[in-house]
Formats: sequence, structure tokens, C-alpha cells
Amino acid sequence: MLRVTRLTKTYPTAAGPLTVLHEASFELGPGASMAIVGPSGSGKTTLLGLCAGLDRATAGSVELAGERIDSLDEDARARVRNASVGFVFQNFQLIPTLTALENVLVPLELRGERGCEPAGRALLERVGLAARFDHYPVQLSGGEQQRVALARAFINSPKILFCDEPTGNLDGDTSDSMVELIFGLNRERGTTLVMVTHNFELAGRCQRILRLKGGTVVSDERAA
Amino acid sequence: MRFTLLMAWRDSRASRRRLALYSLSVVLGIAALVSIGSFSANVRQAIDQEAKGLLGADLFVTSPAPLAPPVLEYLKGLGGDISREETFSSMLAIPSQSHVRLVQVHAVEGAFPYYGKFQTEPAGGLEALRGSSPTVVLEPTLLAQYGLRTGDAVKLGRTLFTVAAALKKVPGESPGVAMMAPRAYISMGELAGTGLSGPGALARYRAMVRLPAGRDADVVVREMKDRLPQFRLSFETVGERKRSLGQAVSHLDGFLSLVGFVALILGGIGVASSLHAYIRGKIATVAILRCLGASARQSFSVYLLQGFALGIAGAVAGGALGVAVQLALPALFKGLLPVDVDFFVSWPALARGTGAGVVICLLFSLLPLLAVRRIPPLAALRSAVADRAAVAADPWRLAIAGMIAASVAGFAVWQTGQLSVGLGFAAMLGLGFLSLAGLGYLVSWAARRFIPRRLPYVVRQGFENLHRPNNRTVLLLVSLGLGTFLVLTLFLARTTLLREIEGAGTLGRPNLIFFDIQDDQIADLRTAAAEAGTPVVESAPIVTMRIASVKGRSVDDLMKDKDPKVAAWALRREYRSTFRGSLSQTEKVVEGRFTGAVAPGGGPVPISLEEGLARDMQLHLGDPVDWDVQGVVVHSRVGSIRTVEWRRLEPNFFVVFPDGVLEGAPKTYLAALHAGSADQSGRVQRAVVDRFPNVTAIDLALVVETLDGIFSKVAFAIQFMALFTVATGLIVLAGAVLMGRHQRIRETVLLRTLGATRRQLAAIQLVEYAVLGFQAAVVGSVFAVGGNLLLAHFVFHVAAAAPFGQVAAAIAIVSALSVLTGWAAGRGVVDHPPLEVLRQET
Ligand SMILES: Nc1ncnc2c1ncn2[C@@H]1O[C@H](COP(=O)(O)OP(=O)(O)OP(=O)(O)O)[C@@H](O)[C@H]1O
Ligand SMILES: [Mg+2]
Repeated sequence: MLRVTRLTKTYPTAAGPLTVLHEASFELGPGASMAIVGPSGSGKTTLLGLCAGLDRATAGSVELAGERIDSLDEDARARVRNASVGFVFQNFQLIPTLTALENVLVPLELRGERGCEPAGRALLERVGLAARFDHYPVQLSGGEQQRVALARAFINSPKILFCDEPTGNLDGDTSDSMVELIFGLNRERGTTLVMVTHNFELAGRCQRILRLKGGTVVSDERAA
Repeated sequence: MRFTLLMAWRDSRASRRRLALYSLSVVLGIAALVSIGSFSANVRQAIDQEAKGLLGADLFVTSPAPLAPPVLEYLKGLGGDISREETFSSMLAIPSQSHVRLVQVHAVEGAFPYYGKFQTEPAGGLEALRGSSPTVVLEPTLLAQYGLRTGDAVKLGRTLFTVAAALKKVPGESPGVAMMAPRAYISMGELAGTGLSGPGALARYRAMVRLPAGRDADVVVREMKDRLPQFRLSFETVGERKRSLGQAVSHLDGFLSLVGFVALILGGIGVASSLHAYIRGKIATVAILRCLGASARQSFSVYLLQGFALGIAGAVAGGALGVAVQLALPALFKGLLPVDVDFFVSWPALARGTGAGVVICLLFSLLPLLAVRRIPPLAALRSAVADRAAVAADPWRLAIAGMIAASVAGFAVWQTGQLSVGLGFAAMLGLGFLSLAGLGYLVSWAARRFIPRRLPYVVRQGFENLHRPNNRTVLLLVSLGLGTFLVLTLFLARTTLLREIEGAGTLGRPNLIFFDIQDDQIADLRTAAAEAGTPVVESAPIVTMRIASVKGRSVDDLMKDKDPKVAAWALRREYRSTFRGSLSQTEKVVEGRFTGAVAPGGGPVPISLEEGLARDMQLHLGDPVDWDVQGVVVHSRVGSIRTVEWRRLEPNFFVVFPDGVLEGAPKTYLAALHAGSADQSGRVQRAVVDRFPNVTAIDLALVVETLDGIFSKVAFAIQFMALFTVATGLIVLAGAVLMGRHQRIRETVLLRTLGATRRQLAAIQLVEYAVLGFQAAVVGSVFAVGGNLLLAHFVFHVAAAAPFGQVAAAIAIVSALSVLTGWAAGRGVVDHPPLEVLRQET
């Protein structure tokens, strides 16, 4: 489902090139789940973004759902994302000018689908936001926004879901229900799951844990 | 498509207030374009109307022989109206006083003038001419000189005419004509009876034509020159008359073109700065859409559509506002306007303004959007701005930039009607743009490198803002700088032109001329005039002469040519030449050198010819011309060719001899005076004519007044358009500064959260905007001074004014404007609760 080979990312900065990810490699089958852990600034978001085709690598390759996305152009990658990928960002990234429901519906509407509102409502209900369909992001709390983002990530029934600290801003109870949601979908639909987290308990629920430090993979182990 | 529409609609719905702010700038820009364009059209039309009134018709066709049937047929075939006039010199006898005078008889027929008025004192002179009994309208000085009144009788040839009125103002007369001899208007019907006309009379025959709507006089002239070359016709059109008025009117044309160009660029700055800011604010959303799998085309068509809708809405509202301003302003200033400007909505200006607005909206939405296309979505999300990175060589962006440059150049050429001038405008603008953008990058770079750590915190913050991510340094420098450049150039051009027009004005110039003063009378006449309170300003000796031979061939010989290359009138006419030691103010040598004095007996005399005469006679530098000076032959050669500004109404001559040749020839004098009022004029005329009955007076006061009227109208038009454009420009620029409101909002609010006081925040902003405003003003002013120099030199052909006071004032005003607007923009931010703003911005 996801094969990453010697993935490297270097940023040009004022003080010379800065390598934030160095030759990361791993492979993940359908329905598998993996946690990426590591200290802040170790390159987790970078790696996740590269896997999802949100950025271009400096070197190395990514094969996603059977396609070498590093060799695709930006629009082709966008199609792959729309068809197979769900993404929950570290900082939500809802579209501020759309309501919660509209935010959730964007991926389907992008494909030109009609009559998808019931699906969107159902998902929002499932994340516990039945009463907030028509609210704008500014009217939602951080945790609520995160749940909208999760609903949006699931609306296109992705083959693979990328989550960047999905529970980072959430209290214990909310966080738990988010986690249940994510793993539930992982189980029910066989969605492959890649998740960045600081939370060891959460990481422990994944089948594998990839440890990053200073841009290098320091360990890749099976969870207990 | 459905997605695009849906998304564009939904996205706009939540940010209507913000959208309204942005559209304000679009509306202002388009309103500026529309109202300035429309005003320009009004003013242009008013001046055109005035110029038409000067000629009285669309076209004069003049012939040295009676108008031949083919000519008349052609003119009738045009389908307009035709009037005719025959002009010749004759003696006017006053039976009651047994006086005889040389006058210029104008025999007229038809409905001329078609534009303007034939004014007489008492009114109704023209109608009287059309009556059944022989009547005449005479030059007022004649009436004054001989104490004639309406109803008195005078004789022309065999016919006794009744004086119907005194002439005041006749459209179509060029000022020079009035200086030849007093005029007498009669009806063409009486002409045969006088026995004065007929073969052999040295008459001028003229048809005055009003063309049907849509016929272009210049085209008709070209066609007639092509088809009827054998009749030696000469033509005069309104356009030509405008040109002969001197440069004032063509300057106005040039100035209005400049105004149109400036309006477009100002409108463009208004529209572009707001669209640019708006779309940049949407880039994060575009990036999210891309993350969710939208294609580049899908994500930008959403915002392109919004840009387009904003353009359309702005065009409608801006157009309406422009029209409203245009309709409201004259109502406000009614009574103050010295000019009869018909205020009407110029539809082409409206269409042009709104059309340009929509196009600018599209182009300037595309420009920032295109940048996103190439940037990975994550990068766009992380930095929130898709700056410079990776976009340098994007062919699409280059294409759009090229399109913008090309349309600016195209518009400039179209507005100015001249390729070189238009391209010059565009090039100057491009240079200004590049310099300002360059300066912007330089300032950012310098702010990053050279901010002294010791500076107080707020000052340092202000400077730092110049280079921080999301800065508006380049954008503001470019829009403020270009705005200053354009508006100030316009203002300086105004100063240049107004000074020029004032200089060309007739204030204090001669408006009363005495002719036929004998050699031994001139000294006494000076005294008499001075005693009457109106001293002689200028006098010149006149020696009458005819041409004996040109380039070795006698006139008789030349006249026998079947296909004469030289106009007969020029060969046969009597020349009233003068001699003097230097050029007058109204003359400029264009070829050769003017010789002021020669020693007696030193070979052919170097003479100076007027340019038009030299052309008609096909004479060039060094060509020999022999003159018959009342029986004595004088050998001369063309020593110089000079241009003469005839409109200045000073005693001007076709041929000027140097001192030292003609002193002994029989000569008369002409004296020019400036009378302060009609009373004064009457007094000095009576004083002179009583003592020297042989002297003829020509009162040019009315002609002078007409010219002054036009000059003051042109001056007003330039003044008005300049001030209106400056005012509009300042509003648009203020709008452009205001657009930055949201860019710093997050920083400001965060600082506020961290405990910054209102004063500190204001101080930070003050520093940032003062630095930007001042630099933009200085650079813009430098360019404006340069632009004004170039305009003066290449477009208006006059000396440029360099009013440093105005430049300094402009710098101060623009700096103050940017600081004030920056402060006003910041106020709104500071007054909101921080949390609200922070949430909105995430
Ligand atoms: N555009 C950029 N230019 C230079 N360096 C960058 C850029 N974007 C990210 N980085 C650097 O890359 C490194 C990795 O960033 P990344 O966001 O992947 O870290 P992270 O592991 O997700 O950290 P966190 O846990 O805090 O989210 C960081 O040190 C960051 O400073
Ligand atoms: Mg991260």
C-alpha cells in the first residue's frame, strides 16, 4: 500500500542546505497501522507530508496505492490524494470560509459528486458534531475542529489515512473517542493508517512504531 | 464546474465584509477610470466646439480663381451645406466726406457661419446683409475714424450701400487677415452691380462647407487634393485651425491623453492591489483544497471566478460611482466654471473603464494564483504565503506579466495616438516599476542586515516588519511609488503647460494697430499716442515690393508655365516687407542664419523668409530672388528661413531684410499699441486719426479677446483635469494602503496579547509606513521630474517647469498619506478583542 525508499528532504536555508529527513525507508501493507514518533522537529510532519504527496522529496521514492507518486506532476498527485488518501493535519487546516458540513463535503464535491450531504452528516454525527453542521471553523473549539478534519479525512473512504498528531489538542475523553474512531475505521474498512503522535499509549495501539531523530530513522519496531 | 461555482459562492458568503473592503478599492479604481475618462471627453468636446466656432464651418476650400464647376459639384456631392465668399481689395468712398479708403471687401452668400456667431453692433448685421437693399457691415475703426453711423451711405464701385452695423466678431477670419485692411461685408447678390468683380480682379474665392455628420474633413481634403489637383485649391479645417491657434490646444489633447493613461494605471493600481491582497489571503485555502485532491485548475478557477465576479461587481458599482461623481461635480461647481462644458456621460469612457477594470481583476487574480500551482501544498500551508520560491521561471506567470506589459503599452499607444510617445509612456512606467520593485527588495534586504540593535524596540519592530514574511514592502513601494510618479508627473506637466499658455497669452500684447504712417509722421504719432495715454509698443517700417525674378527666371516667364509649381499669388502679390537688426520674439530661425545688417553694395542681400512662403515658392537657402522695390531692383538671396507665430498678433512679415539696404526706399510705418480698455482704445484712435487722417486703425481687441478666451479655457481644462486626477489618485492610493490591513493583523494582535500598548503598536506601524511612504514618494518624485522633462521635450516641445516646491509638497503629502492610512488601517485591528481576531485567522 505504501512503500518508501531512501526518502530524503533538504531545505535550502540562509545558512546552507538543511537536511530534515535523511534516507527514510519502510513499507506498509493494506490495513496495516504505523505510528511515527520522535522529538519535536525530528521530521515527522515532513515525512508524513512526503508520503501523502503533499510535498516533493529531494531524493528517494514513494509508492502509494500502487503509484509512484514522486514522479507524478502536482495535478496527478492531487487525483491520487482525492481518490485514496485522507489527511488530518497537526493544525486542522479547515477552510475558514466554509461551514463544518461544507468542509467535510469538499473532497466529494471536488469529484463532482452530488447528493453527498447525507454521508457528510452521518460522518459528522459519528464524530459527535450533529448539532454543529452549519457552524464556521471560528465558531468551533480546537477539538471540534479536529473532529471535523477527521470526518473530512474519512468522507472519501480513503485507502490510507495520514494523521498528524490527531489528539494533540484534545482532552482525555475527546481524545479517546477520536482514537476509537480512527482505529474503528481502520478495522471496519481496512484503511491503512499512518499516524504521528507523541502519545506512547496511542503509538502502542499501532502494529508498528517508526522512531525518528534528527531526520533519521533510528528504529522501526513491531508494537508489543 | 459545479464545484467551482459552489465553492466560489460559499467561500464568498462567509467573508462578505472583507470582500466589501476589497471591492471598495476595485470600485474606487474603476470609478476613477470612468469619471476621469468621461470628464476628459467632456472637456475635449467643449474645446472642439470652441475650435469649430473659430472656423464657423467644417471646411474652407479656397481658390485663386472662381470655384470651378467640378469643385462645386464635388462639394455638393458631399451632401452638406455650402456657403460662398469672394474677397478682394477695393476702394470705399464716403460720399458725404469725399474720402476714399482701401478696404477688404467680403461678398458673402449662404447660411455661414454654421458654428459660432457672426456678431455685429448693433446685432442683426448679417440678417441685414441678406435683405433686399444694398447694405454693408463695416470695420468699427472705419466708423469711428469717419464718424459714420448705421444708416449712413458709403459707396463701393458703382453701388451705394447703407451701413447696417459695425463688425464685432466673424468666425473663420484668421487674426492675420484683419491686419491687412479694414473689412467691409456685403451680400454676394450686390456684387455684380458694383462692377468690382470679374476677371482680372485679384480676388480670393472660398466655399465654407458644413459636412454631414460622420464625414471627416481631413478625409475630404485628401480626396479633393487627389481628384482636383489642377484647381490649386487650398483648404482649412477645424483641426488645422486648432493647430494654427498655436500649441495650446494640441497641448490640451496631449495632456488629456496623459490623463487617460494615468487614470488607467491608477485604476489598475487600485484594482490590482486589492485583488492581490485578497487572493494572497486565500492561498492557504487553495493549499488545503490541493491537499484534499483538488486539481490546480479546480482550485484556482474558484478564485478566478471570485476575482471575475469582484471585477464585474466593481465595474458596475465603480461605473455607477464614476458617473455619479461626474454628474454631481459640475452641479457643485456650477457658476464657478468659466467654461461652458456640456457635462454628459461618455459611454466609450464608461465602457473602457469598466472593461479595463474586469480585465485587470482577472489578470491580477491570476498572478498570485499561478504561484500556488507550482508550490507543494504543504509548503504553501507552512508558510501561508507562496512567495518567490520556485516561480521565477514559470512560463505562465511570464506570459501573464507579458500580457500586462503589452496591454499597458497597447493602451498607451492607443491613448496617445502615437506609437513612439505611447511606447515611451509605457517604457517609462516599466522602468519606474522595475526600479521601485528593485528598491523594495533592496529595502527588505537592508532591513534584514542593517537594523542597529540599539534602536528602541518599537522602531526596530517597525523596521523589521519591512523584511518579515508576509511583508508588503515591495507591493506598497510599487503602488505608492508608481502612483506618486504618475500623479506628480501629471501635476508637473500641468505646471509646465500653464506657464507656457500664460506666456503665449495676449495679456499686455498689442491689440490696436496703426497702418500707413508716413515716414515723417512716425515720431509725431508716437508722441500723440503717448499723450493719449497709450504709448506705441512696437513699430516697424514697411517697404512694399514685388518679385522681379526667382532663381534667374522672371515672374512673367514663370507665369507662362503650363504646370506652375509656384503659387501664382505668391509671385504676383505685393509684399509688405520690413527690415530690422534682429529677430522678434515670435520668430525662430529653422534654417540658415539670420543676418541683421549688411554694408551697402556688398552683393546679394541675405533675406529671411517665412517657412510657409519658402515652401510655396519652392525656395531654399542660397536661392537668388530679385525684388522690384518701387522701380529699383534689389538682388537678394535666401539667407535664412524662419517660423513665425502668427497668432501672437504682433507685426509679423513674410520677408525680413537686414538693416542697411532699404533705408532709402519709400516706406510707411506700422505701429502697435496695447489699449487697456475699449474707452482707451477709442481715445487714442481719435487722437491719432484726427491728426493723421491718412492713417488706418485696426482694432484687434476682439480677436485678442477670443484668443485669450480659448487660452483661458484650455488652461482651465488642464487645471481641472489635473486637480481631479490628483484627488482621485490620492483616494485610490489610500485604498491601496488600506488593503494591507489584514496582512499584519495577526502579528499586531499577538503583540497586543503579549501586552503591547496601543501607542506601541501605533509607533511600530508609524515607522513601517513612514519608511515606505517616504521612499516611495522620493523615488516616485524623481521619476516624475524625469517624466515631466521628457514629456516637455518630446511631447509638448516646450521648456519644462521644475517647481521644486511642488515636488517637496508631493513628497510630504504622500508620506503623510501613507502614515495616516496605515494608522487608520491599524486602528480597526487594535480595537478588536485579540481572541476573535486570532481565531479568525487560523
Ligand atoms: N521550509 C522550511 N525551511 C527550512 N526548514 C524547515 C522548513 N520546513 C520545516 N523545516 C524544518 O524541518 C524540521 C522538521 O520539521 P517537521 O515539521 O517535520 O518536524 P516535526 O517532527 O513534525 O515536529 P513537531 O513535533 O514539532 O511537529 C524542523 O526542524 C523544521 O525547522
Ligand atoms: Mg509536526
